Amino acid sequence: MTKAITVSGLHKSFGRTHALDGLALEVATGEVHGFLGPNGAGKSTAIRVLLGLLRADSGAARVLGRDPWSDAVEVHRRIAYVPGDVTLWRNLSGGEVIDLYGRLRGGLDARRRAELIERFELDPTKKGRTYSKGNRQKVALVAAFASDVDLLILDEPTSGLDPLMEEVFQRCVIEERDRGRTILLSSHILSEVEELCDRVSIIRKGRTVESGSLADLRHLTRTSVVAELAGPPDGLSGLPGVHDLDVRGHRVRLQVDTDRLDAVLRSLSESGVRSLTSTPPTLEELFLRHYQDDTADTAESAEAAAR
Amino acid sequence: MTAFAARPGSSRPLAGTGTLLRFALRRDRLMVPVWIAVDALMVLSMPGALEGLYGSPAERADLIRQMETNSSLRAMVGPVFGDSIGALTAWRTGVYAGALAAVMSLLVVVRHTRDEEESGRQELVASGMVGRRASLTAALLAAAVANAVLALLVTAGLAGQGVTGALALGLGIAGTGMVFATMAAIVAQLTESARLARGLTAAVLGAAFVLRAAGDSATDDGSSPLTWLSPLGWLENLRPYADERWWVLTPLAGAVAVQSAVAYALAGHRDIGMSFLPTRPGPATGRLRGAGALAWRLQRGGVLGWSAGFLLAGAVYGGMAEGAADLVGANEGARRIVERMGGRSGLTDAFLASMAGMLGLVAALYIVASVLRLHGEETSGRAEPVLAGAVGRLRWAAGHLVIAFGGSALIMLLAGLGLAAGYGEQTGPVLAACLVQLPAVWVIGGVAVLLHGVLPRAAVAAWAVAGAVLLIGWVGPALDVPQAVLDLSPFGHLPKLPGGEMEWGPVLVLSGLAVALVAGGLAGLRRRDLST
Repeated sequence: MTKAITVSGLHKSFGRTHALDGLALEVATGEVHGFLGPNGAGKSTAIRVLLGLLRADSGAARVLGRDPWSDAVEVHRRIAYVPGDVTLWRNLSGGEVIDLYGRLRGGLDARRRAELIERFELDPTKKGRTYSKGNRQKVALVAAFASDVDLLILDEPTSGLDPLMEEVFQRCVIEERDRGRTILLSSHILSEVEELCDRVSIIRKGRTVESGSLADLRHLTRTSVVAELAGPPDGLSGLPGVHDLDVRGHRVRLQVDTDRLDAVLRSLSESGVRSLTSTPPTLEELFLRHYQDDTADTAESAEAAAR
Repeated sequence: MTAFAARPGSSRPLAGTGTLLRFALRRDRLMVPVWIAVDALMVLSMPGALEGLYGSPAERADLIRQMETNSSLRAMVGPVFGDSIGALTAWRTGVYAGALAAVMSLLVVVRHTRDEEESGRQELVASGMVGRRASLTAALLAAAVANAVLALLVTAGLAGQGVTGALALGLGIAGTGMVFATMAAIVAQLTESARLARGLTAAVLGAAFVLRAAGDSATDDGSSPLTWLSPLGWLENLRPYADERWWVLTPLAGAVAVQSAVAYALAGHRDIGMSFLPTRPGPATGRLRGAGALAWRLQRGGVLGWSAGFLLAGAVYGGMAEGAADLVGANEGARRIVERMGGRSGLTDAFLASMAGMLGLVAALYIVASVLRLHGEETSGRAEPVLAGAVGRLRWAAGHLVIAFGGSALIMLLAGLGLAAGYGEQTGPVLAACLVQLPAVWVIGGVAVLLHGVLPRAAVAAWAVAGAVLLIGWVGPALDVPQAVLDLSPFGHLPKLPGGEMEWGPVLVLSGLAVALVAGGLAGLRRRDLST
């Protein structure tokens, strides 16, 4: 499968801040790729590099097979971009801006434009300043979805949209994918990511920490197990992949790496299981684990220092 | 709870004013002191310059006799009311210092009222423990503080010429400032855009200047009703150093009071962020073809305004040309100044040349404003989605630069046509005099392009460059500034037309310099990160 975006070893610093520190990213043509990470992880910086708005200090980036810096204009002909905070010209109407953005890209499908305005319930005659935050986003979203492009780069595009509009947005993304377009979606809304994304990349401190399908990622995380045993548990703490073990009499709580679950269950059943609850990792836990690694690391090192 | 219970029904409209005022003064800590310093320096440097020009009482008496008979020059600087150095200082600088104070005041007030609402920042501020009238009050107080400091500086600095006159001049300048502060407070209620609020208030200031000029050209003692319609006319009729007429402070204070009341009443009748001139809906579909069309759409209002202003100013100055030369011819010192400012031979030619030079200096402000639209688009985040389209940076910049550089040619051409129409003859030479300013204007524009392209964070320093050139051009010749300083301004190297010889050398060198600056700026723009 061809790649719409390939990025490796991308570095970018602003003064002393290292916004990107060896970022890697691969987005296959035709997929919806989730781009996740805590605030300040470097997502928007990465996107601006992909758009040729910033020049990377080092590393390689190809967008639609071209260099996003030196071939910016050619690449942009086939890209639609929606920033997380859309600013409009105060004296231009929303309709004018949609058409302008369309002309600045590969062109605009007039029928689709009309349909999208209808679906997003946008009044295109209002002037820039009079739109609310959500409506400003809609202006950029209509322009992006109605444009005749191969790649959509959406940077937290639904901030400010109400739940109904969020659903319209999700349907539009699915329609775009069905037409064979590639979508890079940066988002903090986990249900949106779960619903839409074929694969995700999680970045932290300018580096990619995880990349793969959601099923793959789930496999890498922990399942929590609560069990009531007939006798005292034995040898659980020695098993690989067991975390946060908490034994109170015959009651056991623990977290286990999902691929080590088997051994834990065997050990539990040796003591005789009266009841067992096992919870698969939720998406939230999956992300929290990656997002919080920071704090966990510092806590651990602080503990180590205290000892 | 008890605090609320103790004051039933009290909405405390001024709560938080003190905090907002301190905050406003802190935000203005650079801009306002610079305005005050420039304004005060202009006034305080005048006595020394006048001593040199009109040192003897006979020369001064001569000047006054001339002013009585010369309506054109009265239109420019107003009538003289006394022959002391103090009176001449008030005559020469009063109206201009008042106008500068007015511009400073309107900028301060709009910045802390409509600008805050337009940007949405006001919403967050107003959600705090802040009364409904606190923002407007804090803005007016910030302007009052600035004007008070200016009045103090003028009074203290001119005290050597007599304290009473110094106080009158200081109060007159500050009062004019406050008249336009409160005027801006009204306009800020009317429009939704801070840019428009500034423009409209500045237009009122321009009208006040024209009314005073028309009135002063009709009478030689400032008594024309037209003069009295203008706050700048009140300032002049205060007559500092010439039997001060203190009662003239009444209309100044009255206007401030009435306009404040109107502004507060209007503010009380509208919601936050709204205005009395509502935004009309626009078309549902757009015809903007690309980055160039967008740039024109964004700048066309400005181009039209500047064009009308330059045409009008040209016509007015052209109409004065004949009379101005009569007066200047009588005074050796003044003639030297006019000659240094622009002319070589023939005083009408010299006058026309210096007027063309003045308009050229003002055109430098236009080109900086126009070039810096690039900066505004970029820092506001509006450039980002445009440049994420199939638009190269050079094409994006070119859209605005064509308007900046072409527009400056257009307004100078219109100024030339106006000047020629007002003067009634010599159309060709007068047009040439205006157009020959363009290479210098373009050099200033080129500096702005270079700053934006290479040092985007310092782009607004282009205003400082234009301001310095303006100062050198306006005040330099009168102050016997060393030639080396005058030479720093590109305008100092232009041939003095009409009257002088056309010299292609400096024109070509300056044009080449402008091209190099623009090329350097564009090269920088292509290579650097977009600022966000």
